[in-house]
Amino acid sequence: MILLPPRLSIPNNCDKVKDFEKAQLRIPSSFRRKAANLQTMASGKTPGLTQEANDFTSGENNTDDVFDDMKQRFLAFKKLNYMDNLEHFKKLADAQAPKFLVIACADSRVCPSAVLGFQPGEAFTVRNIANLVPSYESGPTETKAALQFSVNTLEVENILVVGHSRCGGIQALMSMEDEGDSRSFIRNWVIVGKKAKESTKAVASNLHFDHQCQHCEKTSINHSLERLLGYPWIEEKVRNGSLSLHGGYYDFVNCTFEKWTVDYEGSRGGKKEGSGIAVKNRSVW
Amino acid sequence: MATESYEAAIKGLNDLLSKKTDLGNVAAEKIKVLTQELKELDSSNNDAVERIKSGFTHFKTEKYLKNDALFSDLAKGQSPKFLVFACSDSRVCPSHILNFQPGEAFVVRNIANMVPPFDQKRHSGVGAAVEYAVVHLKVENIVVIGHSCCGGIKGLMSIEDDAAPTQSDFIENWVKIGAPARNKIKEENQDLSYDDQCNMCEKEAVNVSLGNLLSYPFVRAAVVKNTLAIRGAHYNFVKGTFDLWELDFKTTPAYAFS
Repeated sequence: MILLPPRLSIPNNCDKVKDFEKAQLRIPSSFRRKAANLQTMASGKTPGLTQEANDFTSGENNTDDVFDDMKQRFLAFKKLNYMDNLEHFKKLADAQAPKFLVIACADSRVCPSAVLGFQPGEAFTVRNIANLVPSYESGPTETKAALQFSVNTLEVENILVVGHSRCGGIQALMSMEDEGDSRSFIRNWVIVGKKAKESTKAVASNLHFDHQCQHCEKTSINHSLERLLGYPWIEEKVRNGSLSLHGGYYDFVNCTFEKWTVDYEGSRGGKKEGSGIAVKNRSVW
Repeated sequence: MATESYEAAIKGLNDLLSKKTDLGNVAAEKIKVLTQELKELDSSNNDAVERIKSGFTHFKTEKYLKNDALFSDLAKGQSPKFLVFACSDSRVCPSHILNFQPGEAFVVRNIANMVPPFDQKRHSGVGAAVEYAVVHLKVENIVVIGHSCCGGIKGLMSIEDDAAPTQSDFIENWVKIGAPARNKIKEENQDLSYDDQCNMCEKEAVNVSLGNLLSYPFVRAAVVKNTLAIRGAHYNFVKGTFDLWELDFKTTPAYAFS
């Protein structure tokens, strides 16, 4: 049984600021020295690229506030999570042994750590636009590198591809013209999900655009799972049972999470309609 | 669920045992062990699912349902102020370290938190994220966060100087984006230990990524207009420290010689 460190509670802002102010008065002097060092480091030089804090023009006061804010956030994390779990973090410093590889969207609303409660050390996470997995034969190298490292080196036991509602990337895919501006990066990337768009149009073109997008969001997850099986080292591990592939769909309008697992034997048995894989153990939370 | 390969294997075993009946006990023992192993495999799969389910239930009850206004706003749209590049490493999620709440940060995670230079064919993934965040979401800050004990940077530092490119090593092909950092460290810090060199490279590679960000015209335009700030950072989870620095890039008003 894994001993889970206590979750970092994310409290209501007002209360915490007051508590933190009170807390500062009690911080021992050694910690205050460290905090001062952080201040110096924040405005300090790094080879060739920084300016002294004094040189900031008045127009940049807003960014100063923002970065002061970041500093407070980090110090809060350190105090509330890191220091209370030093043993755990020391072990993590030596090595990570996550059981999950999670592929999620970069959307600010769907961080898998927040939504699924992953703690430091639990999930190796790739985040890109529309949580797409390109095919083995023709994808950009960044995803392949992550798949190689997490599966072969870290030997994760589960891959979870998480899609979500109101995905801007899927919306871009569904609304782009076939002969559009090919100078757009977004277009060049989301086209990885082309098959999902085609299969959505084939079965759902009579639906309202928003419902088509939702259909595509889910179909795209299955297409990504299918493409995962095209990576030889992944297929081998799924076949011998040491790796499981799962799909997940987070609907933040209704706050539900739908989850399913790829049925490898069933997928090989016969072509399933739509996405080419069979699934099992579907449930909605 | 019985499958063809399983049926064939069982048939093979039966055929053998019918010829060599004294092997029956041995076979029985081995089958018991196998059955137990398969049971454990299935239950560890279920553990994984239970883990996600309890995580989601906690999120729903403690965060979502207690912050109705926030989440119903977010359901309509997002307007994060940050674009964050962080490593895929399981130990460095920016939501933990910097306590980002839902809606605050558009986050890209890849091996060694690299930003490749502008290339619409080879690096459309990162390019798409930068384009979406800067042009459509209009984020105000980009932060690239490196970290201690980065496996990707270790991989970069251990690439042989004269090795022929290996097509099949995807990790190597990806981390090579940070090659200028590696070359600089190898030249200027030869006397340092391998670990110290890696540590310096983690930070220098962030600088390479910051420079690469400027190769995207829409990033450059926003930086010059002062609507976008670019910072680099390094999270050291061995010491529990966080360093932050800025990329300063601006044009000053012209000075007339007359």
